[in-house]
Amino acid sequence: MKVIIDQDKCVASGQCVLAAPEVFDQREEDGIVVLLAENPPQDAAEAIREAAALCPALAIALEE
Amino acid sequence: MNSVSAPTHDALTTEIPDYPMSRSAGCPFDPPPELSELRAHAPVSRIRLWDGSTPWLVTDYADQRALLGDPRVSADVTRSGYPHQSAGLKARRAEASTFINQDDPEHARQRRMVTAAFSIKRVEALRPAIQRIVDQLIDELLAGPKPVDLVQAFALPVPSLVICELLGVPYQDHEFFQDRSKALIKSTATPEESVAAVRELIAYLDGLIGEKLAHPAEDLLSLVAEQVRAGELTRREAASMAQLLLVAGHETTANMIALGTLALIEHPDQLARVRESQDPKLIASAVEELLRYLNIVHSGRRRVALEDIEIGGVTVRAGEGLVLANDAGNRDPEVFAEPDRLDVGRNPRRHIAFGFGVHQCLGQPLARVELQVVYSTLYRRIPELRLAADIEEIPFKHDGLVYGVYELPVTW
Repeated sequence: MKVIIDQDKCVASGQCVLAAPEVFDQREEDGIVVLLAENPPQDAAEAIREAAALCPALAIALEE
Repeated sequence: MNSVSAPTHDALTTEIPDYPMSRSAGCPFDPPPELSELRAHAPVSRIRLWDGSTPWLVTDYADQRALLGDPRVSADVTRSGYPHQSAGLKARRAEASTFINQDDPEHARQRRMVTAAFSIKRVEALRPAIQRIVDQLIDELLAGPKPVDLVQAFALPVPSLVICELLGVPYQDHEFFQDRSKALIKSTATPEESVAAVRELIAYLDGLIGEKLAHPAEDLLSLVAEQVRAGELTRREAASMAQLLLVAGHETTANMIALGTLALIEHPDQLARVRESQDPKLIASAVEELLRYLNIVHSGRRRVALEDIEIGGVTVRAGEGLVLANDAGNRDPEVFAEPDRLDVGRNPRRHIAFGFGVHQCLGQPLARVELQVVYSTLYRRIPELRLAADIEEIPFKHDGLVYGVYELPVTW
């Protein structure tokens, strides 16, 4: 699974960090999403799909 | 031609239901039953508002999520067709423009000035301070007289103390700003009352911005003041933003604390699960479930279409208003099994109680931590907590933009 984030769309709601904290983090200066693992381990897949579904700004895309 | 078309038009429009609708007597936690009917049979349909306008009401979950995430849908209150909740709110919005009622790119520019303070890490770091605030208020409850009004003695002070600390607003002014906030979220407030309340709040916060400019501190208002110094915000915009953060920061959470407690008292099996659990995951799940089940922002998210949009079998025309009934969406059986049942273990993370799209609640991480601390502490420390009145005597905020209770007499 490849994770693609769009920092311009992100509204810093933090939903992805709550859903998959090992994959997503937030920039210190403005809370905008940063990716900790572009190709995360397979066992994180479900949490990442949940993060993508929860993102209110539709800023997370997945290539499976 | 008029003599033919006018009566037909009247006949059609008289069938359009008034909105907001009333909850059923004896069902204070459930949305109005008409909303379930509409969700099942006409999920996108016309309603009539206080001013006679007839925007679209969207009741099903999927269409609400689609519209709230659609860039062809605007939150700009200055556009004609925007479905205002009341004359008072319309007048207030003309007085103070904030990012909650603006579109991108201006919305994103202003929101990003304050998002850092609400990141998961920054809010998590506040948890010990929030726990101290909650513990101290419970100490005072236990030492004080009973019965007591839980709204005044606990539900309102918790988020007020927290947001004051975060913003750098002196808590000793709480009677002033709580009183004005109350006027702002009352749908029955007249335009004069709403405008007076928002002017007083903005003048007060402008004074604080001035103090922060002279003496910057480690708080969020100092960061907002810094944007004024940098030329990114006018003083007026800064004071308006501060007013938004202060009001949104305590009214909503206060209602979730009081109404959530009442809902749990009325569902003793669910209260027992929350009280007896040592598992932070169950507490987090209970918070999400109470957010979904109670959906206190019960007057709908309001938007206006920028282009023609096909949705739910109808065409919403450019310039037409949209009212997205999140309360009905959060009870949609297509998304939540047995949606009318309160089940604190179900962790319904996809609820839309905080809205959806780019305007989704800025303060949601803070609200979550406040509610987690409250729900995991209050019932454990006061296990005998119960109502000191019949539920029929509890005054519900049927007239509020945000639902809740005006008073909650409790004892133990």
